[in-house]
Amino acid sequence: MALTLSSRRTTRRLAADAGLLVVAATFALPLLWVVLSSLDAHADLKVKAPDGLTLDNFHAILNSDITFTPLLNSLILCGFGTLLTVVCAALAAYPLSRFRSRLNRPFLLTILFATSLPVTAIMVPVYALFVQVNLIDTMQGTIFFFAASQLPFAIWLMKNFMDGVPKELEEAAWTDGASSFQSLARIVLPLMGPGVAVVTVFSFVMMWGNFFVPFMLLLTPDQMPASVSINEFFGNRGMVAYGQLAAFSVVYSTPVILLYVLVARRLGRGFALGGAVKG
Amino acid sequence: MTTAPQHTGPGVREVPPGPPTPTTQLPTPKRPFTQTLTRLLPLSPALILLLLFLAGPIAYCAYIAFTDLQLTGQAHSSFVGFANFRTAFKDSEFLNAVWLTLVFTVLSSLIGQNTIGLGLAALMQRASKPVRTLTGAIVITAWVLPEVVAGFLLYAFFRREGTLDAILVWLHLPSQNWLFTLPILAVSFANVWRGTAFSMLVYSAALNEIPKEITEAAEVDGASGWRRMWHITLPMIRRSIGTNLMLNTLQTLSVFGLIWVMTRGGPGNKSQTLPLYMYEQAFQNSMIGYATAVALLLLLVGSLFSVIYMRLLRTEV
Repeated sequence: MALTLSSRRTTRRLAADAGLLVVAATFALPLLWVVLSSLDAHADLKVKAPDGLTLDNFHAILNSDITFTPLLNSLILCGFGTLLTVVCAALAAYPLSRFRSRLNRPFLLTILFATSLPVTAIMVPVYALFVQVNLIDTMQGTIFFFAASQLPFAIWLMKNFMDGVPKELEEAAWTDGASSFQSLARIVLPLMGPGVAVVTVFSFVMMWGNFFVPFMLLLTPDQMPASVSINEFFGNRGMVAYGQLAAFSVVYSTPVILLYVLVARRLGRGFALGGAVKG
Repeated sequence: MTTAPQHTGPGVREVPPGPPTPTTQLPTPKRPFTQTLTRLLPLSPALILLLLFLAGPIAYCAYIAFTDLQLTGQAHSSFVGFANFRTAFKDSEFLNAVWLTLVFTVLSSLIGQNTIGLGLAALMQRASKPVRTLTGAIVITAWVLPEVVAGFLLYAFFRREGTLDAILVWLHLPSQNWLFTLPILAVSFANVWRGTAFSMLVYSAALNEIPKEITEAAEVDGASGWRRMWHITLPMIRRSIGTNLMLNTLQTLSVFGLIWVMTRGGPGNKSQTLPLYMYEQAFQNSMIGYATAVALLLLLVGSLFSVIYMRLLRTEV
């Protein structure tokens, strides 16, 4: 019995391996295209071995017009947006996690509700509103909106992580006369370092890849982040230089992939869900 | 959802609802109302941001959806009641967008991401470690990539002279310009490519929590793989399935960049889902009021799903 079971298991493992490899190959094709084309002097739309390995595509795009300014804009938008999100979420999560109040439950339910609202839907009214209050085409307006749209999920995650920090340590500090703010900054946040890292990286990655928000709220080309400026490779310039487009995609995507890998490795599998979707 | 641990340690922390009681932990006991306010003070930055930049626009949305606000010219907009909604439901383009949104959501989210995600997670339980790691890495990379980059990669994949075409030619099958003939199918596939990792992670986590003994016992009793999946695994992870379906659906409802990059909603309006229709009405036809009415409908559908999602979680917050 044991023997048949184990041989059946081997067959099954091989079948599973084969199945996964087929899916992996399908998923890999578009990714292969971007990597190969970025190194190909004569890139087109197909996955193919480069005619001759070259870094010309990268040389062509690595200048301030095409790459550095948009990336810097992305960094400003997402950096400040993330900072605002994380600071506000940490502050907000503290009373929700530490003190009981009649307001906690309604507040958390509202947050959870807002977490899953389709933000895309409100972009047209946000545009109209921003025109009214002169926030349209400003970096700060976009940063505020980024932060606000990311906040519900950030508060939710942060609160769940904070609940995992035992209170006893803080109580000692309180007896010694520390204020709530001091105990949050000196005790709770350091103890939930990985949790803060998850919220930070998650917010940053979400903003870095977001297209619709800056597409709607920013108008001046100089202010465009990479997610929008990448559009310039198409249409406006007539012929599309696919090799350069691929090279730009690689440069633009690398930071978020690295961030993801860093945090995922440190925190183990499934970190991005942070227990937020466990049924 | 992990239930928030209710801290009922030695220090009782409730804010007393009535007069101050000796259980108060603070060194200097204050009056409860002031105390509550002080304690909730850290909430205020988040609250202000949320009210100004999220609740504000939603309220504004609910207001201008009932006006005839336009992008240009007109200094004043006037209240038009439900006219925008009546126009929408009579407009064949709107109905087309509703239909395409439905097709896009069902194909890519309910069927694609959900089923393939579950399939991948199930296969990963049995596969060897290197294959598992490799597949996971590839699928997750597709997920982490910025939306617009994903759009370009899939654009290159589906276009005439693209990778798919090359494969079909190699297999001596008829090739075509998928973005032209079946755009909604192409963008749905793109959304599957991009979004499946999420379901895969959710289901991997769920499957890992099923005790090994249960499936092994069924295996020894001779239950086939499919039967074990149907009668044991699926019922045990049903709550994960619910939450995953809900989140996938909400995510898919608001996809804009992916479709915008691949097809701009075209050709004609053959891949114009509601967000793209809304955008076109607002900025190509300058009908902000009307577009907002469409946005409000989208928001209402989203809210409905959101409420179901909260129900599914049955969170004790």
